[in-house]
Amino acid sequence: MTLRFEAVGRTVDGNTHIHATSFELQRGSLNVLLGATLSGKTSLIRLMAGQDAPTTGRVHFDGSDVTGAPVRKRNVAVVFQQFVNYPTLNGFENIASPLRAAGVRGEPLRQRVSEVAKLLRIDALLERKPHELSGGQQQRLAIARALVKRAELVLLDEPLANLDYKLREELRAELPKMFSSSGAILVYATTEPLEALALGGDTLALDQGRVVQFAPTTQVYRVPANLRAAQVFSDPPLNLLPARKEGAQFYAAGLTIPAADALADCPDGDYVFGFRPNHLSLAGTPSASVKIDVTVALTEITGSESYIHVDFEGARWIALAHGIHSLARGARLPVYLDPSQLFIFDAAGALASAPRRS
Amino acid sequence: MARITLENIAHSYRPKPNGLDDYALKPLNHLWEHGGAYALLGPSGCGKTTLLNVISGLVTPSQGRVLFDGNDVTLLPTEKRNIAQVFQFPVIYDTMTVYENLAFPLKNRGVARHEIDRRVREVARMLDLEASLARKAHGLTADAKQKISVGRGLVRVDVNAILFDEPLTVIDPHLKWQLRSQLKQLHHDLDITMVYVTHDQTEALTFADKVIVMFQGEVVQVGVPQELFEHPRHTFVGYFIGSPGMNVVPCTVEDGHAIVAGHRVAVKAAAARTPLQGKLEIGIRPEFIALSGNGAGLPVRIRRVSDLGRYKIADVELRDVPLKVMVSERAVIDGDQARIVFDPLHLHLYADGHIVEEPGFEGAPS
Amino acid sequence: MNLKPVNNKAWWMVLPVVVLVAFSAVIPLMTVVNYSVQDTFGNNVFSWVGTDWYRDLLRSERFHDALGRQFLFSAIVLLIEVPLGIALAVAMPRRGWGVAVCMVTFALPLLIPWNVVGTIWQVFGRVDIGLLGHTLRNFGIDYNYTQDPLAAWFTVIIMDVWHWTSLVVLLCYAGLQAIPEQFYAAARIDGASRWAVFRYIQLPRMRRVLLIAILLRFMDSFMIYTEPFVVTGGGPGNSTTFLSIDLVKQAVGSFDIGPAAAMSIVYFLIILLLSWVFYTVMTSTRERS
Repeated sequence: MTLRFEAVGRTVDGNTHIHATSFELQRGSLNVLLGATLSGKTSLIRLMAGQDAPTTGRVHFDGSDVTGAPVRKRNVAVVFQQFVNYPTLNGFENIASPLRAAGVRGEPLRQRVSEVAKLLRIDALLERKPHELSGGQQQRLAIARALVKRAELVLLDEPLANLDYKLREELRAELPKMFSSSGAILVYATTEPLEALALGGDTLALDQGRVVQFAPTTQVYRVPANLRAAQVFSDPPLNLLPARKEGAQFYAAGLTIPAADALADCPDGDYVFGFRPNHLSLAGTPSASVKIDVTVALTEITGSESYIHVDFEGARWIALAHGIHSLARGARLPVYLDPSQLFIFDAAGALASAPRRS
Repeated sequence: MARITLENIAHSYRPKPNGLDDYALKPLNHLWEHGGAYALLGPSGCGKTTLLNVISGLVTPSQGRVLFDGNDVTLLPTEKRNIAQVFQFPVIYDTMTVYENLAFPLKNRGVARHEIDRRVREVARMLDLEASLARKAHGLTADAKQKISVGRGLVRVDVNAILFDEPLTVIDPHLKWQLRSQLKQLHHDLDITMVYVTHDQTEALTFADKVIVMFQGEVVQVGVPQELFEHPRHTFVGYFIGSPGMNVVPCTVEDGHAIVAGHRVAVKAAAARTPLQGKLEIGIRPEFIALSGNGAGLPVRIRRVSDLGRYKIADVELRDVPLKVMVSERAVIDGDQARIVFDPLHLHLYADGHIVEEPGFEGAPS
Repeated sequence: MNLKPVNNKAWWMVLPVVVLVAFSAVIPLMTVVNYSVQDTFGNNVFSWVGTDWYRDLLRSERFHDALGRQFLFSAIVLLIEVPLGIALAVAMPRRGWGVAVCMVTFALPLLIPWNVVGTIWQVFGRVDIGLLGHTLRNFGIDYNYTQDPLAAWFTVIIMDVWHWTSLVVLLCYAGLQAIPEQFYAAARIDGASRWAVFRYIQLPRMRRVLLIAILLRFMDSFMIYTEPFVVTGGGPGNSTTFLSIDLVKQAVGSFDIGPAAAMSIVYFLIILLLSWVFYTVMTSTRERS
């Protein structure tokens, strides 16, 4: 079964929350909605669930038009960021509630509830009320309630954001497995690129209400359609460098970079280079050939790696170096860029060239 | 000056605790050097916020003393302790402008107007808030509001310690980098002790010079980021720090070697003179396992490879023991058979969760 | 083309209320409008007079006096009840067993039927058997609400304050409870005084709730009838004859339906206008925040 958005947009009081967008989500697919806060993730989820109606376009579920249909009529389950459980019911009743609403009773009800509880490892906690559970347990209860419904569309709006990062890691690994057998369409909204990469599947990159790219996650990461998509998908932020191409060279702030291989195809003009922190190295190698003299602003050590914040011509870049490097603030030092690892965006922001995988 | 000493501090939220389990903070001693940047790292419920509140005075500990430069401040109220605290959700005074927000702590303490102006402008410059001084604090973004919260702590000349309680929780990932480096820069420029509570290991390790790892009300390990990463003294530290965390697998010890999933692995600590008791485990981080398609090493089966951008994580199985291995971005993995090699320098032995030191190791056992 | 999710069942649930409102409010209102433009001599013969009654009313000194008294009463009552209510709400404990005790105590005056409230104060203020009246007399104060207009006003105002301040208190308290603990902690660290905490944290955050409380109190005090009527009957003379009392005197006392109907409509329109003003102020505040 598929969910199809046809030129769906939503404007409220003159503010466009979602610009007209079209896409199709397939049965059993895992889709990540990636974007900053207020980029439109929750608006899009509400449109998918049917809580809001689009101002333009139509929504199709399995071929039938459900654009005006209310939430209750749609086979949707939603999990929110704030663990939403019925506070007066115990764990068992919480999970059972959607089943009771659907008319399931007695033994089948009990079976489905315990099946799901076991999957989420909360079967020992079914007697407790939500406020007697920890954050992680409460969220698992909310997920169980969504799971037991066997809905065809499961929407998760930053469900793990209020949990410890370790708990988040664990639940994130388990979530896709939990829903894979039901064949539901899973939509997971998050602000963190790393979560998107960990989940895999397909990614809808959102920027200010616009879907800037919809493609398999690794593709959005490696071949972003435009500058906005690349920035949405970077943590730490993408390092940028404006440049101009003339003939066989790129000129950028005193640097000359030969337009070799793939870069040679670009027409002359203004561009913006984007490169990831791990492609700015401290040591020159045959491939990392472009030497740039920068000033160190700050070093952050994460145990096995160092984030070195440097300044170059008024821009702040972050380099990720392996190992521990404690560099003094204000020190001048050369860093090396590998031209084959550059993302090149044209003046309009569209991707002109991406690093090729060997 | 602010050398903060915690002497036999323990705290229970119950009026009549019976037994150690009722304590949110188990008895501990710690010394915070002046001007240091510390992080309190641990999962929720581990007691880190309680510890922070004991230092700031929002919580009076059930037992023990808090000393600032040798002076007992245990019963001294927060406002007299010369500390500032930044909370998880930005706290600003809606009706005031940014300038008035920053001036507020000084106004309350009766500082002269021109002095207030000087301090406010200086702090605004440090935090990049100069442009918004005249704006109403109400309509600003979350990160600007948090900066104002930090600023209110910095304006006070008498502040010698700033305590942060998970301050970046509501901030967007992109802005987290900016704010974090600004905080670190502030720490470099000013001679202030900073204590930062978080459950995010990246935040803790990048911000602090020394990290205190806590679990269930106890301090599990204190050390610099590198130490915690390379030499976790407790399996919890190994698990909590690093994404993904350390692989911890059960083993047995025979003749100075460890046996993992039927394979002999050389571990220096296994040659310990005293016989080892308790639950024995091997710990090694995914970063320190090398994966190759063929060649030397232990045979494993590859279950799954996740592409995380800068690197890949391979879920492998040694016999039936699951392990995670970190593989470089460019590596190509074919098929489902491979071999792994453990880096002996980073292979640790744990008994009942605590590290077994190798014979001849200079560090004192925990 | 607005495609809001439509649920037609909802309209059926609203129907009973619509019918009820139609019968109890709309139709009588139409009737009153009808009466207000006609004259009768009591024998069920009506003649059209158009806006005569309205013109007479708006020029009548009696109406102006009553209106003036009404505004004065509402103003005084608001000026006392709102600050007092806020002060009491702020003073109430935020946690512990004291909360329940305070809430029950404050709720009590609100539960008493209004004419009983009037009767209580009527007796309470009596010089011979009333505790208040007798005590004031003993202190040498010449207090007699049946003869002295000032004493009558005093009694009526005190009664209203006693009766309705609790509403303001409970509303403000609810608003205060919504303030996260961290604000108080941060204020302590900033060295803020009790007054600064009130002014910069509590009051701004109570704004919305306060507006509701003020709107409710203004409307109710503007329409007040039972309590002052039971205590003073509008007297002595007409010193405490508020708008509604005056209206009833005209309609029921003099049986002048036409002028009374016109007065009702004007009264209604004044309240409508003031409600609209308050509503606009309230929603504009909401937009700003």
